Amino acid sequence: MPFIPHTETDVAQMLSTIGASSFDALFDEIPPELRCGELKHVPPRLTEMEVARLMHGRAHQDRHGLSFIGAGAYEHHIPAAVWEITTRGEYYSAYTPYQAEASQGTLQLLYEYQSMMTALTGMDVSNASMYDGASALAEAVLMAERAHADGKRRVVVPRTLHPLYRKVLFALIDAQNIEIVELPADADGRTDIAALSALDAGSFTCLVIPQPNFFGVFEDVDTLTDLARSKGAMVIAVVNPVSLAVLRPPGEWGSGTSGGGIGVDIVCGDGQPLGAPLSSGGPYFGFLTARQAFVRQMPGRIVGRTVDLDGKPGFTLTLQAREQHIRRSKATSNICTNQGLLVTAATIHMSLLGAEGLARVASASLNGTAELTAMLCEIPGVERVFASPGFHEAVIRLPQPVAPVLAALASAHGVLGGFDLSADYPELGHALLICVTETKTPADLRHYRDALATVLAAAA
Amino acid sequence: MSNIPAELKYVASHEWVRVEADGTLTIGITDHAQGALGDLVFVEVPKVGRKLAANEACAVVESVKAASDVYAPVAGEVSAINEALASTPELLNSDPYQAGWMWKLKPANPADVAALLDAAGYAKVLETA
Amino acid sequence: MSEPLIFERSSPGRAAHAQRPAAAQQLSAIPESLRRKAAPAMPEVSELQAVRHYTRLSKRNFSIDTHFYPLGSCTMKYNPRACNTLAMLPEFLQRHPLAPMSHSQGFLACMYDLQEILKDVTGMAGVSLTPMAGAQGEFAGVAMIRAYHRARGDSARTEILVPDAAHGTNPATATMMGYTAREIPTDAEGDVDIEALRAAVGPQTAGIMLTNPSTLGVFERRIKQIAGIVHDAGGLLYYDGANLNAILGQVRPGDMGFDVIHMNLHKTFSTPHGGGGPGAGAVGVSQRLLPFMPIPIVGKDGDHFRWLDEADLPQSIGRLSTFMGNAGVLLRAYVYARMLGRDGMRRVAEYATLNANYLQARLRAQGFDLAFPGRRASHEFIVTLKRQKQQLDLTATDIAKRLLDYGFHAPTVYFPLLVPECLLIEPTETEDKATLDLFVDALVAIWAEAKRDIAYVKGAPYTMPVRRLDDVRAARQLDIRYQPAR
Repeated sequence: MPFIPHTETDVAQMLSTIGASSFDALFDEIPPELRCGELKHVPPRLTEMEVARLMHGRAHQDRHGLSFIGAGAYEHHIPAAVWEITTRGEYYSAYTPYQAEASQGTLQLLYEYQSMMTALTGMDVSNASMYDGASALAEAVLMAERAHADGKRRVVVPRTLHPLYRKVLFALIDAQNIEIVELPADADGRTDIAALSALDAGSFTCLVIPQPNFFGVFEDVDTLTDLARSKGAMVIAVVNPVSLAVLRPPGEWGSGTSGGGIGVDIVCGDGQPLGAPLSSGGPYFGFLTARQAFVRQMPGRIVGRTVDLDGKPGFTLTLQAREQHIRRSKATSNICTNQGLLVTAATIHMSLLGAEGLARVASASLNGTAELTAMLCEIPGVERVFASPGFHEAVIRLPQPVAPVLAALASAHGVLGGFDLSADYPELGHALLICVTETKTPADLRHYRDALATVLAAAA
Repeated sequence: MSNIPAELKYVASHEWVRVEADGTLTIGITDHAQGALGDLVFVEVPKVGRKLAANEACAVVESVKAASDVYAPVAGEVSAINEALASTPELLNSDPYQAGWMWKLKPANPADVAALLDAAGYAKVLETA
Repeated sequence: MSEPLIFERSSPGRAAHAQRPAAAQQLSAIPESLRRKAAPAMPEVSELQAVRHYTRLSKRNFSIDTHFYPLGSCTMKYNPRACNTLAMLPEFLQRHPLAPMSHSQGFLACMYDLQEILKDVTGMAGVSLTPMAGAQGEFAGVAMIRAYHRARGDSARTEILVPDAAHGTNPATATMMGYTAREIPTDAEGDVDIEALRAAVGPQTAGIMLTNPSTLGVFERRIKQIAGIVHDAGGLLYYDGANLNAILGQVRPGDMGFDVIHMNLHKTFSTPHGGGGPGAGAVGVSQRLLPFMPIPIVGKDGDHFRWLDEADLPQSIGRLSTFMGNAGVLLRAYVYARMLGRDGMRRVAEYATLNANYLQARLRAQGFDLAFPGRRASHEFIVTLKRQKQQLDLTATDIAKRLLDYGFHAPTVYFPLLVPECLLIEPTETEDKATLDLFVDALVAIWAEAKRDIAYVKGAPYTMPVRRLDDVRAARQLDIRYQPAR
């Protein structure tokens, strides 16, 4: 019997101790008419060997091509040690660290994680993670509504934010009477400053600023931050954590008196680039950091350092009274489980790469993207859509509809050419979002260029 | 047995009320309430100028393991708050009726106070709880 | 021995060189005004230092792989290693969430099969795998109830009924969805108070959220009657799948009359808890809620699998995650389900219930008080230490902490809130009899220790990396990130 250790003798002794005649007697409080018969659609069991064969076969069907898709999930090298350690049973099979004395490993690691994320984002406080980037943004917006002294239940979101983030945000806050106002993009692929200027002061709770934005373009974060503040709104930054190794952190956005600005209020994003494999979209983790003043509005778990009875330092969950198991209907959020194992991986990943390693990853990615963009634009009919500088993604326009080109690249050349923007941004024409990370070599880039040239020529 | 000063008025939800000479009301939580909650780690009080309805949940006291709402005993406008609680919530534990006061209220109708419990009435609430 | 912070192992200029790109930074493409001025304060350590540090930290944890973990309501069963190994095959890890369907058929086939298996074990008409945790599954469930009422033009339904014993997530979720949570009392036997329920339902009732077996560890015997009362009032029934392990393959929520359920795959389907996630909170729905399911869902056209999205389900409550949820967790649940097979599902509930009733019988024989002595345990049960608290000042926390010294993780304490000084004990089906017997011995020994020297028990634990922690200090003097001494 899979995963059940009982011998027949055990069962007989245990039933006798209970005073039950059979297994069926254990269910005697369940009305008999509710008991179900045999499950018809669950197949008979497989042994480990058989299921391994099945899964290897299924995995083989999805064999990997040379991928230039980004759009919110990025292929990076993950040091071998990261998942070797993360899948140790002591991390993998532990519960949420409610019994602090028996969970010091997880708790200390989370404290280190919080320290790294606050350093990266330039903020004061971090929680121990959210589900993913998009849901972290929804929680950030709800947090802003709670924290803003005069919440208007109106949030301003630019069209340059990831379209899937916008959809998730809508689904998660729809029931709470919060209006979403969309800001258009300008010709450079940046949020239209004039559109933000036109909004009345005091008419919205917060502005969301993606950096880099969905097109890979750098937003004018200082002007946006200042404008939002001048209108009495809070600012939420949505950022790629790897980019923060080289970009000014949100904690310093906006014009300031001494070089650094006064910064945003809340920072969130997806932690996937920090050690999480692409894995079909998850599990990843969302991160959420904020200024000190908002710590009690923060959803999720937070670890604090304290001392034990002997005065020795130790770690424990803190500020738990905000959470659902105590506050019930008045909790800051219904979240309980987060993405602990992914945070374990991210913390080890960041330790191994360090600030310099992350900066090199960012640098290799953004230079690779610039190189590929230039190479592809040598092909007749292919052009750059936005002139403005960007991070490790860029938008190019093809002379033909994107979908058939992508299909031909994949089937004939093993190239996954990028994310087709024409459904989400029809105004951009046959636009394609491409991405290069440090995992791609110059030969890979040439392969893509040659493949695209062949496909376009064949169709022309 | 918890301390229930005779000169104060009370609400069954464990708030106390002192009528000051100028007619404003000083409000806090009782010795019994602080004892039941344990070491308090955070106190949130309403903003000055906020208008409260009677029995409106307007403040929160938080211990490590629990968070409880505190209610306005009568309707009125918040006229002052105890700023010290932000950094030293433990005042509610050590001195609930003096240094641990929470906020002052200008009552909409001063006569409302008369309807609140007196010390004996509140003591009875605690006995039957 | 305490382990320093990774930051305290750091030295300027040290690095794990093999793990990072060889090329130095070249950032001229970034406008000067956007460039970071000072590097973030991250540790600078060698590979061995990082490996040794995080391996040492791991040894400061309890886990299922190392300890019995009878944590009520959490279903801490063995997480088979094959589930991890097979979910981490390189092709699965490398698959981009937006990869074309031509490169996704193997993965989608696994997801489609899992949907079918979950439909069968829950008795529901449709399943969406996308919610990323139980709480998100709950959110999706209540959102579908709301969408259903709205689609019928019924906007008068403003209340969700929740038994007073429910998980805290239930009322928190109802609030997030804009509903008022109204509590329904429980009777002395642990069942929902039917008269109170009758009095509470009405045209304002959007639905009721129930766990069955309830959080009190007993099966709600009048579930059909409850379903009738709520349905007659026009409300829907929501099943919180926290305790699905107790009835897997025995009773199906769909047959009990539930309209929507969420499953915690990290409980019943044995995906790892990971020190606090990732979970997976798949939802199942009855026929009338099919149009509202969260997207994406895997559909099948002939032999070809594809995502169903807005175009296929225009009334969907929408997307809950950027892509499709915790795919890697779902793969683990799928491998587990295939290894159990149809008979294995049934045996999960049988042996989980056997273990719980055995432990309950043994503890009762040793003089411990049960919260519901007249009831059969489900997969878990409650011991109340009210008497020990009065006589010895021995609390649930004291027992929990002292158990750590005996090599057992504590049961769930102080939940459900209704039972004073409670231990909610869930052994799960994967523990053997000898382990359960040792656990009974430990509880008996601790009670005896408390009679001899209560102060000693209250000082526990003694053998952990730290003793009891000052959580009042942790909250009053917040120290939640490392700040290097200046």
